[in-house]
Amino acid sequence: MPLKPFRRHTGVVATLDRVDVDTDQIIPKQFLKRIERTGFGQFLFYDWRYLPDGSENPEFELNRPEFRGASILLTRRNFGCGSSREHAPWALEDYGFRVLIAPSFADIFYNNCFKNGLLPITLSEEQVEELFGRVRRRPGYQLTVDLEQCRLWDQEGLEFAFTVPEFQRHCLLHGLDQIALTLQHEDKILAYERRRGIGA
Amino acid sequence: MSAKTLFEKIWEAHVVHEEPGMQTILYIDLHLVHEVTSPQAFEGLRLAGRRVRRPELTVATMDHNVPTTDRSLPIADPVAQKQIETLRRNCQEFGIKLYDLNDPRQGIVHVIGPELGYTQPGMTIVCGDSHTSTHGAFGALAFGIGTSEVEHVLATQCLLQTKPKTMEVRVEGELPPGVTAKDLILYIIGRIGTHGGTGYCIEYTGSTIRSLSMEQRMTVCNMSIEAGARAGMIAPDEKTYEYLRGRPMAPKDFDRAVAQWEKLPTDPGAQYDRSVQFQAQEVVPQVTWGTNPGQVVGVTDVVPDPDSFPDPNDRKAARRALQYMDLEPGTPIEQIRIDRVFIGSCTNSRIEDLREAARVVRGYRVAPGVEAMVVPGSGTVKRQAEQEGLDRIFREAGFQWREAGCSMCLGMNPDVLQPGQRCASTSNRNFEGRQGKGGRTHLVSPAMAAAAAVMGHFVDIRNWEYR
Ligand code: SF4
Repeated sequence: MPLKPFRRHTGVVATLDRVDVDTDQIIPKQFLKRIERTGFGQFLFYDWRYLPDGSENPEFELNRPEFRGASILLTRRNFGCGSSREHAPWALEDYGFRVLIAPSFADIFYNNCFKNGLLPITLSEEQVEELFGRVRRRPGYQLTVDLEQCRLWDQEGLEFAFTVPEFQRHCLLHGLDQIALTLQHEDKILAYERRRGIGA
Repeated sequence: MSAKTLFEKIWEAHVVHEEPGMQTILYIDLHLVHEVTSPQAFEGLRLAGRRVRRPELTVATMDHNVPTTDRSLPIADPVAQKQIETLRRNCQEFGIKLYDLNDPRQGIVHVIGPELGYTQPGMTIVCGDSHTSTHGAFGALAFGIGTSEVEHVLATQCLLQTKPKTMEVRVEGELPPGVTAKDLILYIIGRIGTHGGTGYCIEYTGSTIRSLSMEQRMTVCNMSIEAGARAGMIAPDEKTYEYLRGRPMAPKDFDRAVAQWEKLPTDPGAQYDRSVQFQAQEVVPQVTWGTNPGQVVGVTDVVPDPDSFPDPNDRKAARRALQYMDLEPGTPIEQIRIDRVFIGSCTNSRIEDLREAARVVRGYRVAPGVEAMVVPGSGTVKRQAEQEGLDRIFREAGFQWREAGCSMCLGMNPDVLQPGQRCASTSNRNFEGRQGKGGRTHLVSPAMAAAAAVMGHFVDIRNWEYR
C-alpha cells in the first residue's frame, strides 16, 4: 500500500513521561479482534485513557486540555516494547500523531511506524529531557519536524538534528510502497529460488 | 575464509539482493500465520491484486483468541468468531495450509512449528508475533514482524531488513536443582534490562545452554524479545537433530540435512558486537514483582524499594509498578498471596513443563480460594499429557484442564483475570492489564507456579516436599 508521504510537519507536542511503554498499553488486546486496519485511534491507550465507567481519566496525560490535538508525542526510552502488533502504530496514527520522539524505541515497533507514515525520532536522553522541560514550561508548545533536512526546531531557537535510516527516510519522504519496491527485484528472487531449488 | 557467527551464516545464505541506500532483501524460508495479525495483510493483497508467492512455505493456525473450553460449542464472541472465519477464508482463497480449530494438531503457533518439524536449523522464520524468537532454539534466524511485513512476505517471500548487531549471552556451569530455563532467562533479562538487546540478535552459548533440552532452549529463546532482542538463537547440536528426527515435516533425506546443519555453529574466533557472561550457579528461582519482565528478583528476596534504583526513570517506573501491583517495598516475595495460577503460553506449555508442574502438584490440592488452570500448548501436547496421566494429577488437585491456545497469556479469549486479581503465571509478559484489565501478573517457572497454586502464595521450590 502506498503511504502518505512525510516531508515536514508542525504540531503541538504532548508528553508521556514513562519508560518502557509497551504495545499492550498503546492498544489493549480487546481491540485486536477487529479485522480492519482503520479506526483504532479511539482505543489508543484505552486502559489509561478511560476510567472503568467509560469516562475520561483526567489524570492521564493525553487527556489534558493543552495536549488536545497534539500530533507529536514525546516520551521515554524503549517505547513500543512487547508485542509486534501493528495495531499500535495504526492507533497512534489514527489518533492524529505523525511524529514520535524518544531516546529509544523497540525494534519491531520502530519498523512498523515507518510502514504507516509515522516518523519515530530518536534523540539523546539530554535532548529529550530538554524538550520535556520546554513542554512543561510552555502550554501548547510546538515543534516543526523536517524529514528532508533531518532537523527539528521550535519557535524559540532550539534546533536538533536527528538521523533516520536512509532507506526508511526515502520511503517515507516519497510515500513508497515497499512491496512494489521489492517486486522490482523479482528476477533476483526467482534466481535465488532457482539456486536453492525452491518451487521446482 | 573469515570466522563467522551462526547468525552471519544464516543471514548471508538468505540475502537475495543488496544495494546501497536500500535495506537488504532477505529470503524467508518459513512464514507462520495466525488469526490476529494477518487479516489486514490478506486484505492488502486483495486490494493490490497480489497473490501469495509461496503458499507452500506458509503455515497457519489459530491460537490467540480461541476458546479453551468445549470446542464443539459455537464461539460466544462474534468478533472473535469473525476473525477466525476470516483466517479460514483467507487460507482457502490463497491456498495456505491451516491447522484449524478442530485439527488435533492445532495449538500455539510457536509450539506447533517445532513440534511438527517445520522449524529447522539454518532457516529464516518469521511470524506476525514477537515470540517468533522461540524458533531460534533450533539454530534458525526467527523473528517477529508487523502486519505490513506479513503482507510483504506473503507477496514476495522476502523481507526488507537492516542487519542487526550480534550479541553473545554466554552462560557457564550447572543450574542448581529447582532452577529452570525460565528462571535463567528471567535472570538474564533482569540483568541486561528490557532494552538491553535492542538492535541485536542474541546467540546463547556456553555449557549451561548446551545442557538444556530443546524445550528448555525454546523457553530461553522465546523471551529474547523481553530483553528487546528481536531474535535469540542457539547453535544446533545432536539434541536438535534428535528432536527433529522423524517429525512429520522433517527433511526426508535427514542425514544429508544434518550434514548441512553441522556447518552452522559459530566458528571459533568469530566476533560478536557485544558479549555478556553469566554463571548458572548464581541463578535462583525468579519471580517478577513489577509490570515488565526486567522487574524481577529471586524468590528469597523482597519487593525492592523504588528509591534503590540509581536511574530516576527507573525509580518512577518502579513506583508506578508497585502501585499497580499493590505491593509494598520490603515485602518478602514468599509472603505474596495469589488468586489465580496460569500454566501455559508459548514460553512454558510443552510436555516437559507440564511434567515438571505435575510432579510438584502430585498428592496435593490447590489452596482454598485459588483458581488454577493448565492450558497445554497444542493438541499434541495435550494428548501426550493425557497418555501420561498428567491431566489426572492436575484435575485431582483441583486444576482446570483446558484445550490448547494462548488463553490467559494475553486474555483475548474469555480466560482473563478480574480487576485486582493476582496471578502466578508461566507466561512471558507481566505488563499492566496483559492477562485482564486490572489483573496483576507475576512471571515464574511452571514448578514455581504449581507450588504457588498449592500453597496460595509464592514458595521456594528448592525446598519443596515432593509426594
Ligand atoms: S502464548 Fe502468549 S506470547 Fe505466546 S503467541 Fe500466544 S499470546 Fe503470544
